[in-house]
Amino acid sequence: MVLLELTQVVATYGPVRALHGIDAQVPEGSIVALLGANGAGKTTTLRAISGMVKATGRIRFDGHEVLNRRPEDVARLGVAHVPEGRGTLAQLTVWENLQMGAYIRRDRNRVKQDLDRVCGYFPWIPQRRRQPAALLSGGEQQMLAIARALMLRPRLLLLDEPSLGLAPIVVREIFDLIQAINREEGLTVLVVEQNASLALQLARRAYVLEVGRVVLEGESDELARNESVRKSYLGY
Amino acid sequence: MLLAASVIQSFAQQVVSGVASGAIYASLALALVLIYRAMDVANFAQGEMAMFATFVAYTLITQFHLPYLLAFVLTILLAFAGGVIVERAFVRPFEGAPVLTLVIVTLALFSIVNGLAGLIWGYVFKTFDSPFPARSVQVGGVFVGIQDLGVIAVTLVVLAVVFSFFRYTRLGLAMRAAALYPESSRLLGVRTSRMLALGWGLAAAVGAVSGMMVAPIVFLDPNMMQPVLLFAFAAAVLGGIESPVGSVIGGVIVGVLLALVGTYLPGGQNLRIPFGLIVIVAVLLFRPAGLFGRREMKRV
Repeated sequence: MVLLELTQVVATYGPVRALHGIDAQVPEGSIVALLGANGAGKTTTLRAISGMVKATGRIRFDGHEVLNRRPEDVARLGVAHVPEGRGTLAQLTVWENLQMGAYIRRDRNRVKQDLDRVCGYFPWIPQRRRQPAALLSGGEQQMLAIARALMLRPRLLLLDEPSLGLAPIVVREIFDLIQAINREEGLTVLVVEQNASLALQLARRAYVLEVGRVVLEGESDELARNESVRKSYLGY
Repeated sequence: MLLAASVIQSFAQQVVSGVASGAIYASLALALVLIYRAMDVANFAQGEMAMFATFVAYTLITQFHLPYLLAFVLTILLAFAGGVIVERAFVRPFEGAPVLTLVIVTLALFSIVNGLAGLIWGYVFKTFDSPFPARSVQVGGVFVGIQDLGVIAVTLVVLAVVFSFFRYTRLGLAMRAAALYPESSRLLGVRTSRMLALGWGLAAAVGAVSGMMVAPIVFLDPNMMQPVLLFAFAAAVLGGIESPVGSVIGGVIVGVLLALVGTYLPGGQNLRIPFGLIVIVAVLLFRPAGLFGRREMKRV
């Protein structure tokens, strides 16, 4: 089943058109990557899904038309968006960040269970729960952002450049975790990445964006073999 | 010997009454900070809203003959509702407008609320009875007015309630998150616009307490809160306009300083307002972030 479907999505920032009609599908339970250079429209695509930028076209999520809904309403449908810069609530404590992740939920007992479950993925969290999130390292903030997103019990996780600014070994750890969460919980993930080789290892399918258009799409292993992808994005 | 004792006695009394006035400035300063954190705008109408609420309390007590405590609680609730309504009616339409626009909106609110109070209740000074007896009690050899102690106690209770709300409740946490990180909060499902309205309600309620505490001291009239607003600004700026705790401590410091200036400088009573302005200017010149504010750090 297709959980998220974008049809001819066009988005503009004032006079500048950032997306020129994106078509994409994210099947339930899969990991899908959006690849492309800076300014290709990857982040704008995620922002259009979350209602953070005005768009036209159609965006269907789980049977709902979400185009131009308010971000808080999209979140309430079960879309957890870890934005560019990780969306860390820096002055709040680690624990408060997680509580805010579960803000829209009313099932308090399940929230408690989920806190335990999330701490299972990130065992360092309990010891540092009282610290302001600003004191965490970049990698830890990225992990906290994912943990916070999981607290929403999302149907769809949108990740914007989870590798940005992190050491390769930390990136590896985070990508392994994303894969494990997808495998164990069947969580659907749409991830934006500049690092194409990593993204193609993580995702099953990928879309390659160039200046606001999808120029290539396919299974990750196919794309990894594709001549132009190798030249432009994989560097060999 | 006797003279020295009476000097100390009088000094101590000034300090206590300074703390009491400071507590009043602190409440209004806290109200200013609550709104400043949520929208980066100082609400110049905060004092007038407090004055209006105090007139409501006055009407409840004198026209409806409610007991003081009931009128007090009812006024706080009405002020909260009033704050929410003001935000929905006058601030919401300017969502996303430049800061200067919003400043002008709060200045317009200042005039509107002031004029409305004058229209309804007139400009004749009214006495607003204190809930506390006018007697003094002796504490550690110093005579202290029960009125002063009462004001301090009421303020402490209000502050404790506000701080616990922000610290320990889910809604309080969401209001803090929405004020500091509106975009991230919306992605977590927080209706930030509703949080802002609640913030205005809370600020109006806290401000109403300051109005009801100051009215017995200065007489009730539509311009009653203007000096208090100035001193509350001094308190908020001194404490760091982003810091709720700082605003409270700033309020106490300003209160004590003003009491000492008023008593010990020649012509001191007339120097209080210039002194409040001097505090604001000096802090902005030499320590713009205030005592407890963080220096602004923004990535460019």
